[in-house]
Amino acid sequence: MADLTRLTAAETAARIAAGDVTAVEVAEAHLARIEAVDEKVHAFLHVDREGALAAARRVDEKRERGEKLGPLAGVPLALKDIFTTEGVPTTVGSKILEGWIPPYDATVTRRLKEADVVILGKTNMDEFAMGSSTENSAYGPTGNPWDLTRIPGGSGGGSSAALASFQAPLAIGTDTGGSIRQPAAVTATVGVKPTYGGVSRYGMVAFSSSLDQGGPCARTVLDAALLHEAIAGHDAMDSTSIDAAVPQVVAAAREGREGGVGGMRVGVVKEFAGEGYQAGVMQRFEESVELLRELGAEIVEISCPSFTKALAAYYLIAPSECSSNLARFDAMRYGLRVGDDGTRSAEDVTALTREAGFGDEVKRRVMLGTYALSSGYYDAYYGSAQKVRTLITRDFERAFESVDVLVSPTTPTTAFPIGERADDPMAMYLADLCTIPSNLAGNAAMSLPCGLAPEDGLPVGLQIIAPAMADDRLYRVGAAVEAAFQARWGHPLLEEAPSL
Amino acid sequence: MTVTDLVSYEDVLASYDPVMGLEVHVELGTNTKMFCGCSTTLGADANTQTCPTCLGLPGSLPVVNATGVESAIRIGLALNCEIAQWCRFARKNYFYPDMPKNFQTSQYDEPIAFNGFLDVQLEDGEVFRVEIERAHMEEDTGKSTHIGGATGRIHGASHSLLDYNRAGIPLIEIVTRPIVGAGARAPEVAKAYVAELRELIKALGVSEARMEMGQMRCDVNLSLRPIGREKFGTRSETKNVNSLRSVERATRFEMQRHAGVLNAGGTILQETRHFHEEDGSTTSGRIKEEAEDYRYFPEPDLVPVAPSREWVEELRGTLPELPRLRRNRLREEWGISEHEMQSVLNAGALDPILATIDAGAPADQSRKWWMGELARRANEDGVDLGSLPITPEQVARLCELVAEGSLNDKLARQTIEGVLAGEGTPDEVVDKRGLKVVSDEGALGKAVDEAIEGNAAIADKIRGGKVAAAGALVGAVMKATRGQADAARVRELILEKLGVEG
Repeated sequence: MADLTRLTAAETAARIAAGDVTAVEVAEAHLARIEAVDEKVHAFLHVDREGALAAARRVDEKRERGEKLGPLAGVPLALKDIFTTEGVPTTVGSKILEGWIPPYDATVTRRLKEADVVILGKTNMDEFAMGSSTENSAYGPTGNPWDLTRIPGGSGGGSSAALASFQAPLAIGTDTGGSIRQPAAVTATVGVKPTYGGVSRYGMVAFSSSLDQGGPCARTVLDAALLHEAIAGHDAMDSTSIDAAVPQVVAAAREGREGGVGGMRVGVVKEFAGEGYQAGVMQRFEESVELLRELGAEIVEISCPSFTKALAAYYLIAPSECSSNLARFDAMRYGLRVGDDGTRSAEDVTALTREAGFGDEVKRRVMLGTYALSSGYYDAYYGSAQKVRTLITRDFERAFESVDVLVSPTTPTTAFPIGERADDPMAMYLADLCTIPSNLAGNAAMSLPCGLAPEDGLPVGLQIIAPAMADDRLYRVGAAVEAAFQARWGHPLLEEAPSL
Repeated sequence: MTVTDLVSYEDVLASYDPVMGLEVHVELGTNTKMFCGCSTTLGADANTQTCPTCLGLPGSLPVVNATGVESAIRIGLALNCEIAQWCRFARKNYFYPDMPKNFQTSQYDEPIAFNGFLDVQLEDGEVFRVEIERAHMEEDTGKSTHIGGATGRIHGASHSLLDYNRAGIPLIEIVTRPIVGAGARAPEVAKAYVAELRELIKALGVSEARMEMGQMRCDVNLSLRPIGREKFGTRSETKNVNSLRSVERATRFEMQRHAGVLNAGGTILQETRHFHEEDGSTTSGRIKEEAEDYRYFPEPDLVPVAPSREWVEELRGTLPELPRLRRNRLREEWGISEHEMQSVLNAGALDPILATIDAGAPADQSRKWWMGELARRANEDGVDLGSLPITPEQVARLCELVAEGSLNDKLARQTIEGVLAGEGTPDEVVDKRGLKVVSDEGALGKAVDEAIEGNAAIADKIRGGKVAAAGALVGAVMKATRGQADAARVRELILEKLGVEG
């Protein structure tokens, strides 16, 4: 039998449904793969072997009883450790939640279980999703399966690495400034940040509430679409979730694969180029634009002048919100508690716990945000950043008056070596230059592989951006590009990754 | 604590003009909390009415309680406020162990209701208009119980217990504009405002507003300015003044204390103060050297509240008659004076009186018993009229027994005593104690004859025209019948038998 870990999610589900293979066999194959390679990769923080096998057994029992199986029944998945899982540890990559066992499931977790997806475990991430390399995890970095000495992107580096090393065909990420898309780009996988409000945030530990968005990660556009439909949709537990029909992303992915971009207008954002962009990244991006033209799309150059201020606005809004969201970690009710020897005050115990439990980047952002919100500075910082946010949204609105989607490189460079930017926050922040505007505007965006950079042989990602609630356009264009590139390469790009 | 000489109240007013600001928190009586589905019932075991959201667990999110918003709008409308077309919640960031998220979800510069007023009536009938700056929605905190300290405060405690059942209960905070021009009547205005607000909240049915249960809590801000000066002085903020009487006392005490400090050339510190029920004083709490920085910002986890105008008008249609207007209407219907009405209010007798009338008693009888015997008993026992163990229906039955002549006033009082002692309903008490008026003319005639025989001298005086002396014989008959006779009838019989015109 072919290696079960190399199948797509769609193929896996079809084989299980047809009875060619059991869900337990699929789960065991992936658990074995994790055992074999994750010591090197370190994609998982926690593997829930028992839970995964139990879920797989339920799928097999359903099939034996003749019950109809859902489109992802029995497919293994790697869940970012930011979603609460009842009875299974959830750390958010932080020491402050070490040992915490949530008493409830996130809505995403619940929907995955309802779809009979087999959750293998929880994946590594930058602490509280703050970072672009997964080096900020309190539990050690994750290696990029293309080169284990390089970063797998961040904050969802565990999820992207799990996909790229064939430890799971599906993963869930969260994207506050690019944490789904940038890891996808540097590992040659597919990642989608849905429209803000498209996927419930209930049970997703908050970093920056107005920017955070959970979304699907996969190795193919169709797989991402299947996962997207499984987790998306209105949730009464999340006031900001959109009460409208989920865009038909699976249908769009299928149509796109049949060559569905003819007549679409594609905008190239002028501001996403220039200094800081690696030559090989720009070369692959320009080839992608050329490919879209060949597929029948009309290419239009678009200017979005406010995008140059996006990074600055982001680094005021996100820290401001996180300074408030993280205030609850006070050692009183859950998680780490340091220095409680019966002589210290609650304030002292809180201070000692935070000192020990939060990493440098988290502390940096909490301090930044506390300052930005403080009386007398609020208007100059948080207030101005919100104005920039409005301008960016308007730039997008204007652009989408004349084009259907926008494209850009996902991130300016390929995967950088672990440690290279660890002490240079500004260099690290630049990795999200092209992804942040979509978070600020709340629209939808995807990253998918568009080749390897000639100078280093590492993956390059193409970003597609669509208006809010037009997530289906991402899948239509993405599937068309994916099919065309694979026809050119003769195989999925990931097959070029070194074997571990 | 530095001891300050208090200035006599008259001297305060000779030099200073008081300015007040009242902040009242009302716990709404919704079935569920403001941002989650947990129950709000009082008295449950600690931490049994909690969920991920009101415990602030990682990943949890709030959802607004629509009934809470509706109550807030109705309160706003009853306070003559404008209702926001669009407003947001805001996070008020500060740290306290009983606050699960370490921020309170509140409203900041976009309150749901603003620019209103409440007319309050003082004891002499004068109406004073208190302007309302805003009414906004927020959530309550949990409750800390400090163990091991002497005073129950955190200072000196060995540890603290946290109960989050209260965390997330909906609160409406109602803030007045500075109240100026009250002068000597400032304490009375403060009390009347809080009393009127409480009546209004109860009439709206949005909360029981029981101050002793913490369902309504008042902070009294007070400053003095020299008479003739425009600029306000520095204020103190006396927290959690939790009875009407305390509101009045705290205001008065702070006026006298401020004047003492100012007269001695001192400066008032902007600080919070604790009120002490025992002696009506306040002591220093937390000094606000700089205004505390709560780092307010719009709550990103909640969507804006945008009540449609149609809904607001629909809610306006549900407003009850304002308590003040209702009281004035009742006063006129009953034909009593302002002063009498005030006594009814002060005694907390309005609701029981109305309930007794609803149960069939005439208004004057209902008033008479609640303001008389029952008020006296409540006062003796140190309880509210409402908590006496007698129902308005029972009082109405009592009135009925008196009206049909089965009881006289004395027997009725004994019946009340029996009911309050738990001996049963008025009818049961009358039966058990044998309290029915002696109406058997034969038995009564015999008792009268015996009284005339035993008091020949007095009987002669009466025969001689001294009708007033009949009282002594009435007393003798009443004694002989152990009070169970109708005194008026006894008097009639005596005069009849002695051949005298009454």
